[in-house]
Amino acid sequence: MDADTLELSRRRFLVGSATAAGGLMIGLHLPFAGEALAAELPPEVNAWVVVKPDDSVIVRIARSEMGQGTLTGLAQLVAEELECDWSKVSTEYPTPGQNLARGRVWGNFSTGGSRGIRESHEYVRKGGATARMLLLQAAADAWGVPVAECSAANSVITHAGTGRKTTFGKVASAAARLTPPANVALKDPKTWKIAGKAVKRLDTIDKLSGKQVYGADIRLPGMLNAAIRDCPVFGGKPRSFDAAKVLSMPGVKAVLRVGDSAVAVVAQNWWQAKTALDALPIDWDEGAHAQVSSATIARQLEEGLEAQQALVGNQVGDARAALASASKRVEAVYSYPYQNHATMEPMNATALYTADRCEVWTPTQNGEAALAVTADASGLPAARCDVHKMHLGGGFGRRGAVHDWVRQAVLIARQMPGTPVKLLWSREEDMLHGRYHPITQARLVGGFDAAGNLNALHIRISGQSILAGVAPQNLQGGRDPVTFQGLSASGDGEIGYTIPHLLVDHAMRNPHVPPGFWRGVNHNQNAIYLECFIDELADAAGQDPLAFRRKIMGRHPKHLAVLEAAADKAGWGKPAPAGVFRGLAQHKGFGSYTAAVAEVSVSAQGKLKIHRIVAATDPGHAVNPGQIAAQVEGSFVYGLSACLYGECTVAKGRIEQQNFDTYPMMRIDEMPEVETIVMPSGGFWGGVGEPTIAVAAPAVLNAIFAATGKRVRSLPLKNVDLRRA
Amino acid sequence: MPKLNINGRVVDVDADDKTPLLWALREQAGLTGTKYGCGIAQCGACTVHIDGAPVRSCAMPIGALRADQKIVTIEGLSPDASHPVQKAWLALDVPQCGYCQAGMIMAAAALLKSKPRPTDADIDAGMTNICRCGTYNRVRAAIHLAADGGVARQG
Repeated sequence: MDADTLELSRRRFLVGSATAAGGLMIGLHLPFAGEALAAELPPEVNAWVVVKPDDSVIVRIARSEMGQGTLTGLAQLVAEELECDWSKVSTEYPTPGQNLARGRVWGNFSTGGSRGIRESHEYVRKGGATARMLLLQAAADAWGVPVAECSAANSVITHAGTGRKTTFGKVASAAARLTPPANVALKDPKTWKIAGKAVKRLDTIDKLSGKQVYGADIRLPGMLNAAIRDCPVFGGKPRSFDAAKVLSMPGVKAVLRVGDSAVAVVAQNWWQAKTALDALPIDWDEGAHAQVSSATIARQLEEGLEAQQALVGNQVGDARAALASASKRVEAVYSYPYQNHATMEPMNATALYTADRCEVWTPTQNGEAALAVTADASGLPAARCDVHKMHLGGGFGRRGAVHDWVRQAVLIARQMPGTPVKLLWSREEDMLHGRYHPITQARLVGGFDAAGNLNALHIRISGQSILAGVAPQNLQGGRDPVTFQGLSASGDGEIGYTIPHLLVDHAMRNPHVPPGFWRGVNHNQNAIYLECFIDELADAAGQDPLAFRRKIMGRHPKHLAVLEAAADKAGWGKPAPAGVFRGLAQHKGFGSYTAAVAEVSVSAQGKLKIHRIVAATDPGHAVNPGQIAAQVEGSFVYGLSACLYGECTVAKGRIEQQNFDTYPMMRIDEMPEVETIVMPSGGFWGGVGEPTIAVAAPAVLNAIFAATGKRVRSLPLKNVDLRRA
Repeated sequence: MPKLNINGRVVDVDADDKTPLLWALREQAGLTGTKYGCGIAQCGACTVHIDGAPVRSCAMPIGALRADQKIVTIEGLSPDASHPVQKAWLALDVPQCGYCQAGMIMAAAALLKSKPRPTDADIDAGMTNICRCGTYNRVRAAIHLAADGGVARQG
């Protein structure tokens, strides 16, 4: 990296910091200008750590903050190794353009799959440790003493022999000029003082006063606003539209075709743009899928349940033969619907295109992927583009893999060079153009031997592959390994049961509705299929669900440990309050072990009340137990909203639910108490943001069975009559 | 040109009478703390106070408002995030993504004004805002904390 690039990077950081402090109006910065500012920049000790003369520390965060607390957790890890004063830590995002220019010094920006901390903990800790060693060396050099005699604590450096002290801020400039050491040792997590503690989030205060700037809040000088309508039928496109009908409406500046399939109105402000778009006559060519419905999709999946051909995900022994000769067979078919992420902040991006540069401001879970889309849509090399990451008003996977809204914003801006344009989707657009939780069904067949032991299990999944829709280049010989999450032989989603003959296979059936990674991904339905069916098998065997599981979990002690912890705290096996019934579930996802016990009651009228959830999680290392508890609680809201209400149906090729009146979600009056057990067993790094969602629905569904004798095998519950038969 | 009394200031709003208050706040007054979530008064992200009562501003046309009706947004709730609800929210680290939280805080502040010691049932009835991250239990705890004056005592 040359010096000019570094200086450019530093100037851009300054702009970023000024933005954070300066409120809503974000100044346009001019690349390659502003030389005078460079001298005022605080020293960058290394890529991860900036120390100002007043000892305040800025930690650079590459992953995105969308509520899950990763920003605070990553800062804790850097600060732990840096030995700085936590009360003086703030954070900033480097841009993906800076990452590109500096040889990806901050690594991967992708924030999905609960990987934010577990994939980067080692190099961010090394970043903090390296910065500490540079600061120590600078102090030792100034004092003319061996660095080994100096130590750092709370942003103060002390020389053991003389008791001399200095602070990080005083030696930061000198430290920045030193060559970093090749090797750095990391602390034993047992000695952590900042990491591992339930410190408060760093990003709360501005969220209490309206000061936090989300992508939807950006205002740039001279900016116009765009509202967009993509063809409501996936795969369709506008045949024509009558721009003249709306061009004279207040504020309207332009009516534009966007890509193949969408039309946008650009106006002075967004409400004007939306009003004009609603009045714009558009004649749609609805394409090849205009007759697809939920019923036709269901038939497509039902065929897959019986198909001879299937892709194998996990195989032990010979399940087909063992089932054929089983003393007793149990069989059930489950299904799981399409669901929208429904982030509270609809998709949005602001783009400024000029002949030689394109910049985007957007909430994204993957700044580098957003940059790639910006470059592709603008026709400019990535080095002449950049993406300014904004805090996300929810992500849940929608803002990670496919940056369709960024592409649209750039395609609009290209038609209005020199004018920044903010594209904001209406809620209706957001509901109709999601990247939906994939739709699947599953047929499960279990077989007992003559002694009454579970001897064989076949799980046939039929339905949609996320990778086939999002990243077909990542399929493995046509097989989507992500489909088998939580049912795998080993790894991040290892199944927690030992069954002598096991077959998990997938008949891939891909309807035209675009799928996406949806918080929890395929664990969500796979855990329902497996954990509810295991309960059915326990019932068929006349055994308690916990006792039945224990017998087949002997080789899965970590899976069992969280289940036992949740069961114990919930009082499993002891009488529940009158009218209250319990269900349990366990699952491993994203490298973490989770379990839950739900307590529910069902009234004579069939009304469900979820009273209490006890949840246990073993993420290996717990960087911030307070935030883990928040993620576990939130996982029940997300997972139970899906279980109770989440369903996007298809009619005439399009999604029917257009807003929260027809796509409801859990509110505070339905929220159970959640008791969280965080039990990190060490030795591995598991994710936190998603794993618990998998156990939310099956624990509740199993409790509903205990309460009513009804097995719910098709979600959501709003469609199910829970009155006792 | 409609006049609106926003956070104690009467301002002229250069927008059509049918423009929802939400968009007049965000685009004419430059107050973007009030959020757009659904546009049909379902989610509550746009909650403001009008004469002390919680109102979903996305469904309130500015033509229906008079200049003597006092509109308070999250920016006007307190000058420095010192309202008891904001202090309780900070004490319990309530927000996750935070997008719904301005609406939550405005709804909670209005609830506490009408019911200074709300029961859980009062909170269930008064707090119908949607949060996708799942902050509900901390929202409930923070409302009780603010009602108890717990934050002030701690301070």
